[in-house]
Amino acid sequence: MSDTLPYATRFGSNSGQSTSRRDGVAKVTGAATFAADNHPQGLLYAVYVPATIARGRVTHLDVAAAKAHPGVVEVMTPQNRPALAGDPDSKPFMFAFRFEALQDDTVRYANQPIALVLGETIEAATEGARLLNPQYQVMPPRVGLDAEAPYKVVVGNFGRPGETVHGDVAAGHAAAVQSVDVTYETPAQYHNAMETHAVVASWDGDQLTLDMPHQAIVMSRGVFGYYFGIPAENVLLRSPYLGGGFGSKSIANGPQVLAILAARMTGRPVKLMLRRDQMFGPVGHRGATRQRLRIGIDEAGHMTVLEHEALAATSTFDDFVENAANASQGLYAAGALRSAHEGVRIDIGTPGPMRAPGEASGSAALECAMDEMAERAGLDPLEFRLRNYAETEPGTGKPYSSKALRACYAQGAERFGWAGRPLKPRQMRDEQGMLVGWGMGTALFPAPMFAAQARATLRPDGSGLVETAAADMGQGAWTALAQIAADGLGLPLDKVEFRSGSSDLPDGGIAGGSGHTATAGTALHAAGVDAVRQLTAMAVSDPASPLFGAGNASIVARDGRLFVAEDASRSDSYADILARAGGQALVGTGSGGRAPEAAGRHAMYSHGAVFAEVKVDPDLFQIRVTRLVGAFAAGRIINPKLANSQLYGGMIWGISFALHEEARFDPRTGRIMNADFAGYHIPVNADVKGLEVITVHEDDPFVNALGIKGVGEIGITGTVGAIGNAIWHATGTRIRRFPIRIEDLLAHA
Amino acid sequence: MNLFDYTRPASVEAAIAAWVPGAAWLGGGTNLVDLMKTGAMQPGKLIDVTRLPGLDRIETLPDGSTRIGAMVRNADLAHDAGFARAFPMVAEALLSGASGQLRNAATVGGNLMQRTRCAYFADPHSACNRRTPGAGCDARGGDTGGMAVLGWSPACIATNPSDFCVALAALEATVEVQGTGGKREIAFADFHRLPGDTPEIETALQPGELILALRLPAEAAQFAANSRYLKLRERTSYAFALVSAAAALRLDGGRIVAARLALGAVAAKPWRVASAEALLVGQAPEPALFARAAAEAVAGAAPSGENAHKIELARRIAVRALTAAAQGTPDRMPALPASVFGEPAHV
Repeated sequence: MSDTLPYATRFGSNSGQSTSRRDGVAKVTGAATFAADNHPQGLLYAVYVPATIARGRVTHLDVAAAKAHPGVVEVMTPQNRPALAGDPDSKPFMFAFRFEALQDDTVRYANQPIALVLGETIEAATEGARLLNPQYQVMPPRVGLDAEAPYKVVVGNFGRPGETVHGDVAAGHAAAVQSVDVTYETPAQYHNAMETHAVVASWDGDQLTLDMPHQAIVMSRGVFGYYFGIPAENVLLRSPYLGGGFGSKSIANGPQVLAILAARMTGRPVKLMLRRDQMFGPVGHRGATRQRLRIGIDEAGHMTVLEHEALAATSTFDDFVENAANASQGLYAAGALRSAHEGVRIDIGTPGPMRAPGEASGSAALECAMDEMAERAGLDPLEFRLRNYAETEPGTGKPYSSKALRACYAQGAERFGWAGRPLKPRQMRDEQGMLVGWGMGTALFPAPMFAAQARATLRPDGSGLVETAAADMGQGAWTALAQIAADGLGLPLDKVEFRSGSSDLPDGGIAGGSGHTATAGTALHAAGVDAVRQLTAMAVSDPASPLFGAGNASIVARDGRLFVAEDASRSDSYADILARAGGQALVGTGSGGRAPEAAGRHAMYSHGAVFAEVKVDPDLFQIRVTRLVGAFAAGRIINPKLANSQLYGGMIWGISFALHEEARFDPRTGRIMNADFAGYHIPVNADVKGLEVITVHEDDPFVNALGIKGVGEIGITGTVGAIGNAIWHATGTRIRRFPIRIEDLLAHA
Repeated sequence: MNLFDYTRPASVEAAIAAWVPGAAWLGGGTNLVDLMKTGAMQPGKLIDVTRLPGLDRIETLPDGSTRIGAMVRNADLAHDAGFARAFPMVAEALLSGASGQLRNAATVGGNLMQRTRCAYFADPHSACNRRTPGAGCDARGGDTGGMAVLGWSPACIATNPSDFCVALAALEATVEVQGTGGKREIAFADFHRLPGDTPEIETALQPGELILALRLPAEAAQFAANSRYLKLRERTSYAFALVSAAAALRLDGGRIVAARLALGAVAAKPWRVASAEALLVGQAPEPALFARAAAEAVAGAAPSGENAHKIELARRIAVRALTAAAQGTPDRMPALPASVFGEPAHV
């Protein structure tokens, strides 16, 4: 397995260039080694047995039959499961979820692991799992948002309050001359990265090596160290490539812990890769929501109140309530704002962070409700949003670190051709007679930073080595982070070796929350700057250097040389400086993060505006998104090609949310009946017809030293609402449940 | 998966001799292997028929009929220029199914034999009379949005998922089969069976009989100028039909002189109603006539769950397909075959 990749050669500054992704050729030619491509000597194959009931108890497993099958080596059940040092029902650290690792015979949701079968081949283990033929004591499952009484969420996900109020909500309602009070529903959705969860676990004494796709590579050492009672530094996790993550690969789950346990139990390396249907249960999902939005406006179309309440499903044994209502904080200048959450405990696996958790489902409902309010007020939806444009963060009054949303609206509308859109629905047809509708939505996503470290080494030959355990889920970390690192070192990209994706490197932080490039990039840049700073000190104090006596403040680094800024004729190469100093490599370090006081002074978000055109057959109601234009302001763009691709991807997930994705539960059994890609639809190429992204220039001096926000998740926000609104505009039918289906439109015909 | 035998006989006779109870013919495997992975099917023996000699040809017979070997791949048939010219509706149906990769692997004989996509059938942990006679039907009362609205029984509410078969039914294909008792022919209308009390008996094939070929009669090509297959689905491509319709007309002097109409995804077999077709014959093609015929085609339909919308959608797609057929077959295969969006092909 290689943890470095070659670069394409280019000259000049590296950031801002549309460098093609370095891992692209390796991936399309099969050279990239994903976790499950590893086959250490003596490998055993594990298959986990998923519960086929949603609630009850396992009363019998035919272990003898499974063990008798040729090639089956071991069967792990609650009876013989070795002890774990860390309790899977505890929550000892952030991002710790309770999970099922054969603690007992209880079934808490369908597809929960109830046994693990180990075989010499995948076929033997699979058949062994079938032969276990589980018997159950079944209890009636709780299915859907109305199965239990809701509870009030006091502390929500990521420590955010369950309820946030700014201003006088009652007064806001009283002051309203017009209002809407609407309820939207979103379904359970499952991450379904193309690469299903996989692990190859090998023990050597109390040293654990894991080949496992992971979004938080170094943090995961402590996680697995905790459960297996070994120091974090005894865990080596290698995750050079992920076939998608979507939030699901940041959290420890039962099947992978069992596979690691099985490797210790048998003394042999163990591989487990989830089947597609097994992705629907133990590895998180986006919980279903029901959201009530109440908006009031005054005579001038200014919002007097925006009240957003969200009910969301969580499991019976842990808390992750999709914090959808928070999407209404931070965006529109309402006189009063309230976001509140309730949870309902039903027999499902615990939800988790998935593709803009909270923001995506919250934005879907908010942006449609805004459209409904605009319609009632007789205002163009864009004009209504502009009237309620927030110059400072609503509620808190904090200034935005930067906010080019007005430019996003203007450029997006211009490119789309929004002007001249009829206010009323059912006004436009194409030459075939299809109904045509236009809708829009605002996109918003926070610009957080986490914590990361990096190391930058200047080698005696003047080339660089930069190291941080970043995670490339396909978004392009291998490429964009290397560009930033090369700029930090003042080297062209092809003179910098980038090591990443392994837990023995400095902590690259978590690839999540759309903050990876900002966080790991800041650390890498700082490390490079630190190395150049040391090099500069050496040069200006070396009488043999042309830079001698220049003073370090006047020195700039580029293309592997230090120059006097005012006099380019005075320069010295990295290699020469290091050679005269004894030929030793020079190591710089850096960290990325945001000081709490900086975070407190400004509201920091990426913004955008999405415009959608849909066509709908007037009789048959087949729906097609024919154009999507998204204009986004997300600070400094490191690699336009990769950033656009991420934004495209986000918008495509928006199509998916609006029209396709939904886990369908059998109401009697609580099992998901469409747990494969034939039944759980995501968009295909034909569903993505016209996609355009505009990135609006934005300089942000506050968000971090590099001015980087994030583009990973914002694309899904705004898009769902824009499509829902376009469908209303085409048909005159307002569907308040996602995904919007043919039969929903037929029912209103 | 379970252990099974695999054999690849060299001749049709050897294949038929290799058959034993519990064996399964293996064509493209695009459906069978999936079901073996879930455990819904556990054949003791796979007889690979993909390389049997003589079954991969598309030929015109002396009587003008077209004979398609059972092992012709879906993609090869749809892209055969002569075939697509004579039977554009069949080609369109083929190209609206699955994905390019699957169409390259799937065989036309296998298409006739594909199983319902009812999730309760594919899930070995659900009760299914079709999979296990007498076990019960968990689909009823479950996730029923896609289930049958015509011809279903209390024992089974599953649908046949094929697009290809809808067009074949409309054009009155014949199925050539061979078993230990020799060769025989089965009219397409008789090939797939409604569930009744025995949903496990899905086709007219006797145990051990192998499909050798399909035949489209010479007169089927007379519909080439006015025939369409249209399909509603939950995404633009790569999805099974919510409902579909194959409509074929022969027009002469402004009148319909022959008409065919079959509906897909509404029953356990392609749904063809002679009385609906009879309504059309002798009439001028016009919206009111198509509405009457479509209503006749779904006469007797009843929801088998939360799927009443399928009845109305089936009626509407029948009207649309008849309308499109009357307007004339497109000169080129649409870029989105069978889609109501019907974009012109890329040049």
